[in-house]
Amino acid sequence: MELWFTENHSPNARFSMKVIEHLYTGKSEFQKIDVLQTAEFGKILTLDGLIMVTEKDEFIYHEMITHVAMATNPDIKKVLVIGAGDGGTVRELTKYNSIEHIDMVEIDKLVVDVCKEYIPQTASKLDDPRVHLYFEDGLKFVRSKEDEYDLIIVDSTDPFGPGEGLFTKEFYGNCYKALNEEGILVNQHESPFYEEDALGMQRAHQRIIGFFPICKVFQLHIPTYPSGHWLFGFASKKFDPLTDLDAARWNNLGLQTHYYNTDIHVGSFALPNYVKEQLEDVE
Amino acid sequence: MNSILSQDKAPIMEALNKYKKMRVVPFDVPGHKRGRGNAELTAFLGENCMTVDVNSMKPLDNLIHPVSVIREAENLAAEAFGAKHAFFMVNGTTSAVQAMVMTACKAGEKIIMPRNVHRSAINALILSGAIPVYVNPGVNKELGIPLGMAVEEVKQAIIEHPDAKAILINNPTYYGICSNMEAITDLAHQHGMLVLVDEAHGTHFYFNDNLPASAMSVGADMAAVSMHKSGGSLTQSSLLLINNDVSEGYVRQIINLTQTTSGSYLLMSSLDISRKNLALNGQDIFNKVIGMAQYTREEINKIGGYYAFSEELKNGDTIFDFDTTKLSVHTLDIGLPGIEVYDILRDEYDIQIEFGDIGNILAYISVGDRHLDLERLVAALAEIKRRYSTDKSGLFDHEYIKPQVVLTPQEAFYASKEKLAMDRSAGRVSSEFVMAYPPGIPILAPGERITEEILNYIQYCKDKGSFMTGTEDLKIENINVVKEFE
Repeated sequence: MELWFTENHSPNARFSMKVIEHLYTGKSEFQKIDVLQTAEFGKILTLDGLIMVTEKDEFIYHEMITHVAMATNPDIKKVLVIGAGDGGTVRELTKYNSIEHIDMVEIDKLVVDVCKEYIPQTASKLDDPRVHLYFEDGLKFVRSKEDEYDLIIVDSTDPFGPGEGLFTKEFYGNCYKALNEEGILVNQHESPFYEEDALGMQRAHQRIIGFFPICKVFQLHIPTYPSGHWLFGFASKKFDPLTDLDAARWNNLGLQTHYYNTDIHVGSFALPNYVKEQLEDVE
Repeated sequence: MNSILSQDKAPIMEALNKYKKMRVVPFDVPGHKRGRGNAELTAFLGENCMTVDVNSMKPLDNLIHPVSVIREAENLAAEAFGAKHAFFMVNGTTSAVQAMVMTACKAGEKIIMPRNVHRSAINALILSGAIPVYVNPGVNKELGIPLGMAVEEVKQAIIEHPDAKAILINNPTYYGICSNMEAITDLAHQHGMLVLVDEAHGTHFYFNDNLPASAMSVGADMAAVSMHKSGGSLTQSSLLLINNDVSEGYVRQIINLTQTTSGSYLLMSSLDISRKNLALNGQDIFNKVIGMAQYTREEINKIGGYYAFSEELKNGDTIFDFDTTKLSVHTLDIGLPGIEVYDILRDEYDIQIEFGDIGNILAYISVGDRHLDLERLVAALAEIKRRYSTDKSGLFDHEYIKPQVVLTPQEAFYASKEKLAMDRSAGRVSSEFVMAYPPGIPILAPGERITEEILNYIQYCKDKGSFMTGTEDLKIENINVVKEFE
């Protein structure tokens, strides 16, 4: 008997992986949660049937969503992470001794509980004393914050379903308010490749650019995400991710990474023409 | 409800399902023949929808003279709403309001009503020739909104016009405000007047213990109920309820004067299915809606500047009760008229609310809302305050101007008239309506004197971007006034 997990990457394209065992299935108030042991990608977490994390390629996502901002401003001390229930983003942040305080706001407690039990590779640092977990709506949490964070990381699901509110203009505006004058916002920015993802990507960009003087997009490749070609957003009140990068200072920290390095940092902001055109369309 | 068991039936839906299974060959209208003749429409609306868009026939009954499944569905609705009879209406609640007025009053007969009625009520006066006796609604100066009718004012109107045939009451107003309907009903009945209730915004009152009293529950004679608003049926479907000594047969004759003879089974089945759902689950559904509205109200009030008002306004008279499912928010204290907040929400945040007027916005909360959408609304309002709030001085702050009635609406509408530029019309008698829509409450109605104050108000509404309507001139730059004879 062969079991295969399949995800639709577009209405007309699919991606499959061989499953060894279905380790967990459950339904929270917000979504269906599954953990599968796969032959190629190790353990994977899916929400409503969409891959969120695989053990094999999660390092790419989590390193790029944290280190680009941290290398741009190594003095970041207080961080807000929204979403990120698998814990991978927090794991990367806890590598920095200089970070004093991390608030993590995840709407679905069950995702965190499941990841702690089944995917310790990402969830292992959620018990770090600097980490404060809040299980509530990210949009609501950030609404009451003002001038408080050096960095906000939006590590969300797609803009349909529970993550919908995290792709809105009101959310980005609230993030702007919650950041201090040196604040940086890094967000999961969808993919430019398939049509539906690209529309979400353009809308996100359009809604952020109104607020921040510096708004850039950088790319990474994630083999298990639709098309593999993925983008993150970098919006900032003061620091430019290219001209303010102090590569030597970051390299002196001696952090172990598998994807990120200061060359990739610079290179990831070089975008293909089709992506540039999509961004320019909404600017 | 005495026999809740029967309420799980939906006779019209069941008859349609049965009819579909019979695979009858249609040599009757509609000509799309179950959708086959109009592929694009069928692809757009869906095959299920097209297969039940059928004509009246013996197994499906006939709305103009119901004897089988429509009658059963109407009887179930009557039971669910505690009425003597319920009529399924497919021309909107507008037609239900008109049928009430035309049932109660013939040409030249008087009807007492608050001036802040929906245009459909005054339209009914144009059609029937009935004469309005307006009761000025109470006005809340801080919020700038018209309220319910004071019982004393109604009593005064009754004493001055003992020949009036009926009283019309809004239950509730668009903003969720209820008059003391029970006291007004008793008063009217003591003087031999019928009580007609516009419950366009009150369907849910019939199905939840924590909401204001419904018209039928206090013994009112007729009520027009917009099932398609809080009741969940399709747009344009509605109910007309009757009670007491009102004759079912006569009301049906009145309805059939203007209602279509090709009643839509899409609309009728939606009434039938929605009535079933409300009768079986209404208490839970509206508890949830009340909870969502209350949560959102509290969160909006925490932002500061906005005032999402509720039951604390109750004063025992002109705000006798408040519909807590309504999320009305006063915006003037952040320096923005409601209509501007309404526009910013849509243009900048992709959030469409029910309406914005000069001082307030209304967001319609229903069982279809998701918690995350409520958070979006609150977050967007917080952002609008942060980004746009300004000094409130110079903002118009009232919504109700007492009318000077010169002619009846019918006399004025059909009078010899002339077209004048709006700004040159002060002092003349209007022959037509001017209103912002929504809410559709006339600023000027036919037969009322045009004043500088009214013109300033109309200009202000236009400047702020209200959607104005009512006049023959679609640009609302000219107005038809009654000709003056030397």
